[in-house]
Amino acid sequence: MVTKPKDMITEGGYKYGWHDADFHAINAPKKGLNADVVAGISEMKNEPTWMRDFRLKAYRHWEERPMPAGFWGGNIQNYSLDFNDIYYYVKPVQEQGKTWDDVPAEIKRTFDKLGIPEAERKFLSGVEAQYDSEVVYHNIREDLQKLGVIFVDTDTAVREYPDLVRQYIGTIIPSNDNKFAALNSSVWSGGSFIYVPKGVKVPMPLQAYFRINTENMGQFERTLIIADEGSDVHYVEGCTAPTYSSDSLHSAVVEIVVKRGARVRYTTIQNWSDNVFNLVTKRMAVYGDGVGEWIDGNLGSKLTMKYPSVYLMEPGAHGEILSLAMAGHGQHQDAGGKAIHAAPHTTSVINSKSISKDGGRTSYRGELRVYPGAKGVKSTVRCDALILDEDSRSDTYPLMEIDEQDVTIGHEASVSKLGEEQLFYLMSRGIDEAEAAKMIVNGFVEPIVKELPMEYAVELNRLIELQMEGAVG
Amino acid sequence: MAGRNGSKTRDGQPLFVIDGLHVSVEGKEILKGVDLVVNRGEVHALMGPNGSGKSTLANALMGHPRYQVTKGRVLFMGEELLGLKPDERARRGIFLAFQYPIGIPGVVMGNFLRSALKARRGEDVPVREFRKLLDETMDLLKMDPTFARRYVNEGFSGGEKKRAEVLQLALLQPEMAILDETDSGLDIDALRIVAEGIDALRGPERALLLVTHYQRMLNYVKPDIVHVLYDGRIVKTGGPELALELEKQGYDWIIEEFAPAKAGAEGAA
Repeated sequence: MVTKPKDMITEGGYKYGWHDADFHAINAPKKGLNADVVAGISEMKNEPTWMRDFRLKAYRHWEERPMPAGFWGGNIQNYSLDFNDIYYYVKPVQEQGKTWDDVPAEIKRTFDKLGIPEAERKFLSGVEAQYDSEVVYHNIREDLQKLGVIFVDTDTAVREYPDLVRQYIGTIIPSNDNKFAALNSSVWSGGSFIYVPKGVKVPMPLQAYFRINTENMGQFERTLIIADEGSDVHYVEGCTAPTYSSDSLHSAVVEIVVKRGARVRYTTIQNWSDNVFNLVTKRMAVYGDGVGEWIDGNLGSKLTMKYPSVYLMEPGAHGEILSLAMAGHGQHQDAGGKAIHAAPHTTSVINSKSISKDGGRTSYRGELRVYPGAKGVKSTVRCDALILDEDSRSDTYPLMEIDEQDVTIGHEASVSKLGEEQLFYLMSRGIDEAEAAKMIVNGFVEPIVKELPMEYAVELNRLIELQMEGAVG
Repeated sequence: MAGRNGSKTRDGQPLFVIDGLHVSVEGKEILKGVDLVVNRGEVHALMGPNGSGKSTLANALMGHPRYQVTKGRVLFMGEELLGLKPDERARRGIFLAFQYPIGIPGVVMGNFLRSALKARRGEDVPVREFRKLLDETMDLLKMDPTFARRYVNEGFSGGEKKRAEVLQLALLQPEMAILDETDSGLDIDALRIVAEGIDALRGPERALLLVTHYQRMLNYVKPDIVHVLYDGRIVKTGGPELALELEKQGYDWIIEEFAPAKAGAEGAA
């Protein structure tokens, strides 16, 4: 049986490729980017001058910087992505909904299909839903609100909590950090702002769902999470988009501050359609005895370049990055993680698993840095790649800069082909080839999937199975 | 070649027939014409010195893609097996207990066993029924209940691997079971438990083909018929006494008698 890989991904494998034909933006979006477009976004949002200036300054960085090459991998310059053929701001609604009934029917239908309202009722502490450029729905459990937990979209935060936003935005990821951080800083819209007060533990995850609907859309959400001392929060994001023949762009910036003794876990299940460029900068600063964790699942997109980072700033800080990438036909997942040990007695774990198939390509790109004087640092990096066929590819680019003697560093890497012996073993027990391959792949990713809340683990396994359908046999 | 306890299938056919089987691995011919008939209820032992082709035969019968059948037929209940994939063979009732079972990280033993049983039976097995069956069978093989929660063959000791193979054999209840050196790498207590487990699976509907280098397992699982494989052919067939003779005298006399050089010289003469 020969299944054309392309058919498998867009028809068999990808279930979120529909778009709402009924949808009409309420602004009059124009393609292309210049300083007037940037100022226009700020004006439409009625922003204070400081934010307008923040955007314009970032836009100058965007103009000045060349396209990234070298460490920022994935070779974006080899693609024909045209930044002038992108809509930078598409406004879907006049007012954000507080209940799902407030959300326009054609947009609500999309989120119903994605199962978001149902998930909110069942197991979430709060939900945000972004559609193109704006957040169309936002809600948080009342009891958490009473405890002082803030969970709003970032535009609302600029209006209602300007001091907090101003204090932190651009401090973890400066707008001139890299070309795409500059782009996001100039045209950002939507995203989540979270503040968890001292000692408050948010019992169930807060979820954001990012949906692109418009063709040639650029989505640039901006997320800022501040976990005050001894607090605890788990944030989950999911993303999907319609399948179009032309390119879309998603370029987010996520900044997280984990204060003394706090814990933040940030889980991503990225399932963009395979016409989306996904160029994202994510970083956490973790202070004394705090714990910062990224669980980063990349299944979709045409090209992803994303390396969630932990900056361990004070003794006792611990960072953990679990990265899972799956690349099929026409996809390149350039993913991984960075751990920067800026203080003694900090610890980190990076665990990456990637699967490539049908000509897809995965790259692990990692950075481990230990500053001089950061004694007693412990770090383990492990990356495993599974290649399902001869046409697919996997590479590893680990960078290590260790400027201290008194450290314990472990690094292990493995690349394996889908084992003929493993397949034969399972098949000799009556299990057919496709099912056997699924079992092996699911087993391979199990160490990461088991870290997810049950609902997401089920979802992730299902997504992997969809992608695996027709992959073997 | 029906054995003492053997019986043909209802329609008069033997359960399993290997007819002139030639098998190559990476272009090198290993099996050079193997003939074997196995009836229901029989236990056959296939013995032979190292490198005679015993494991090749076991793997080829299960359909391993690296073992290329160049000539011959294999019939199971009258049906040609050779065009079938390993899973199709397994669902029809062929089983191979591996000499070196491979680890499959992240796949939980219990889930794997349930999938296999579902495939073999052609219908789902209710959780409760499966649990009960699994517990009873593991108990029989003196296996720790936590075993079902471990990953398939991952970090198993040699003995645990072999026990896990026999556990699968017992659960799947195949008509034709091929056991490839299931006795190797076991200490004396583990050998007894594993061998008794195998012996308990003898029955009028089932045949066993025990591939082994040594006699020791045959003390627990008495074979009806013993074959000696040498240089890709079955060169001798007899009763249980043949295994005892091999135990006493080793394989040298077989090599002496059937060495290819000598056979070639005779042929040329």
